[in-house]
Amino acid sequence: MSAATGTPAPRRMTYREACKQAIRAAILADPRVFLMGEDVARYGGCYAVTKGLAAELGEARIRDTPLSENGYVGAGIGAAIAGMRPIVEIMTVNFSLLALDQIVNSAATIPHMSGGQFAVPLVIRMATGAGLQLAAQHSHSLEGWYAHVPGLKILAPATVEDARHMLQPALDDPNPVLIFEHVMLYNREDELEPSITGVDIVSAKIRRPGRDITLVTHGGMLFKTLEAAAVLHEEGIEAEVIDLRVLRPLDMATILGSVARTRRVVIVDEGWKSGSLSAEVAARIADEAFYELDAPIRRVCSREVPIPYSAHLEKAALPQTPAIVAMARGLVKGG
Amino acid sequence: MNDKVHLDHEHVRDLLTAMLRIRRFEEKCFELYQSEKIRGFMHLYDGEEAVSVGVIEALEPKDAIVATYREHGQALARGIEMNALMAELYGKQEGCCRGRGGSMHVFDRATRFYGGNAIVGGGLPLAVGTALGDKMLGRSAITACFFGDGAVDEGSFHESMNLASLWKLPVLFVCENNLYSMGMALERAEAETHIARKAAGYSVASAAVDGMDVVAVEVAARRAIAQIHATSTPYLLECQTYRFRAHSMFDAQLYRTKPEIETWRKKDPVRQLQAWLEQSGMLHADEITGIEADIAAEVGAAVAFAEAGTWEPVEELERFTIMDRVPQ
Ligand SMILES: Cc1ncc(C[n+]2csc(CCOP(=O)(O)OP(=O)(O)O)c2C)c(N)n1
Ligand SMILES: [Mg+2]
Repeated sequence: MSAATGTPAPRRMTYREACKQAIRAAILADPRVFLMGEDVARYGGCYAVTKGLAAELGEARIRDTPLSENGYVGAGIGAAIAGMRPIVEIMTVNFSLLALDQIVNSAATIPHMSGGQFAVPLVIRMATGAGLQLAAQHSHSLEGWYAHVPGLKILAPATVEDARHMLQPALDDPNPVLIFEHVMLYNREDELEPSITGVDIVSAKIRRPGRDITLVTHGGMLFKTLEAAAVLHEEGIEAEVIDLRVLRPLDMATILGSVARTRRVVIVDEGWKSGSLSAEVAARIADEAFYELDAPIRRVCSREVPIPYSAHLEKAALPQTPAIVAMARGLVKGG
Repeated sequence: MNDKVHLDHEHVRDLLTAMLRIRRFEEKCFELYQSEKIRGFMHLYDGEEAVSVGVIEALEPKDAIVATYREHGQALARGIEMNALMAELYGKQEGCCRGRGGSMHVFDRATRFYGGNAIVGGGLPLAVGTALGDKMLGRSAITACFFGDGAVDEGSFHESMNLASLWKLPVLFVCENNLYSMGMALERAEAETHIARKAAGYSVASAAVDGMDVVAVEVAARRAIAQIHATSTPYLLECQTYRFRAHSMFDAQLYRTKPEIETWRKKDPVRQLQAWLEQSGMLHADEITGIEADIAAEVGAAVAFAEAGTWEPVEELERFTIMDRVPQ
């Protein structure tokens, strides 16, 4: 509390802490909510998100599972149908592939397949992305794949505020919602504004306004893109940065509104280009705003390789700030 | 096939040397991780050396190996050069995988070493396949597949046991049961904690062995391999062991107690063998000093080799994503 105004002062915290507070608050608020996953209780979570929560909330609500991804994700779906509100944590998106069957063949289909008799109010959280030299089985950004699937909602909180507040609306949603937390964000700190007590899970957000070009991105790439916008500003180019936040369904209105003003767009995505989320965003802009554009739609994405271990190769494989700057500058100057 | 172990001077010397090479190599890796020469996830094998050394001692060059992300021990025991392994951990192109794989993804064609797999349980189906290939091609080789107790939780363990049994494939499934999968104690993860017993459900023969005793492991492995060849069926060998260090380099070990670790340290496979050899007079202290000196020199040379190694040019980043031929 600030004595002068009587309003609570902003609290500085890490993205990790924000995720933890969100889980804690959701479990305290609703007896149907529980979290399960590998090493979430005794170990405290592989990225330490749930550290200390089992001691406080008990091991029935913070539940360690064996290494059985397809098993416990499927159990989460069943529990959701039976009336619980599970949060399932998968260590990383790479291991979620072992549960792909349950997510795609059951969670995403049961509501439709059952003619609307059952909903699947389930939240699945997982880490995504590269940057820690973990090589090709621990570094991929596959959230775009999940965004391919009707029946799922896909969230990518990039800010501390979204990490803190996206979970509750995800739990309130009657559909399976997947939340992707980029590994490089967990240690990021920011102020959390106490007057903001909730966020939506439908809209994209303009994180930096600008008139010359639109940069569309999400998750871990947001900060490299903001960095690029700062560099471009020094050069006299004002880039507008859009954080998608929600990868499915896409908030096209925000994107198209921005593109109508800037007339140029670069999509920045840590996923690969081929058959991707960035391709989808580009196609929709081309479909719906072709005549607004003064330049071709461009993309800065990961190179089409499994992510290598060696630091310099990993760096070369991922989208970096200078590449974003160069692409945007080229579009503005060239057009 | 020979399922007898002759504990002559040369053989016990080899066993001790093989375990000490792994121990000293990894002590250096730990230091190099602290000084940030090695990055990513690194999982040390400290305490478990007898498992890979005992089993691999019983293999022949024609046999295949599939391992996990905790595979420095298997790699060295199998004869992958220490220089190439260290350079891999440095991410240099002189590494066995050109620095693309790192600690968790060691591969070596020459020794039929098929990884290095960082997906828990990911190697088991692969091992079924290498054994299937060998069988269909008329080779008499077996595949030794190493995996942790945590992999037993995964569906792939159960599917692979069944497939190998159903198709009568020469797979030696080696479970390195170190009682934990990260922070998850075996009895909190498995309803049936006797891993060897699970084999019965798939009509697979099995045994459990003291994984801290390298001679016992070798004897058990030779027996298992003899049976695999004689009956053309797979075998599950559970090696009961313990990791002395953290799961990886980022683990505060809140899930186990110091006294528990200390109790297990008394069963250190390297010290146990060394003490026994000295007491029984099979190996003189001077000889051990000599072995240690040789290993220190080898480790030093491997570090120098890795330091002198070069970075793969970034222009080659996309190489091998798609192969233009099957390597022969
Ligand atoms: C499918 C999958 N799930 C989770 C992980 C994360 N993880 C890496 S190692 C490990 C523990 C595995 O334990 P165990 O199989 O007993 O082998 P140990 O590490 O004890 O040698 C876990 C959970 C992973 N790599 N792959
Ligand atoms: Mg284990």
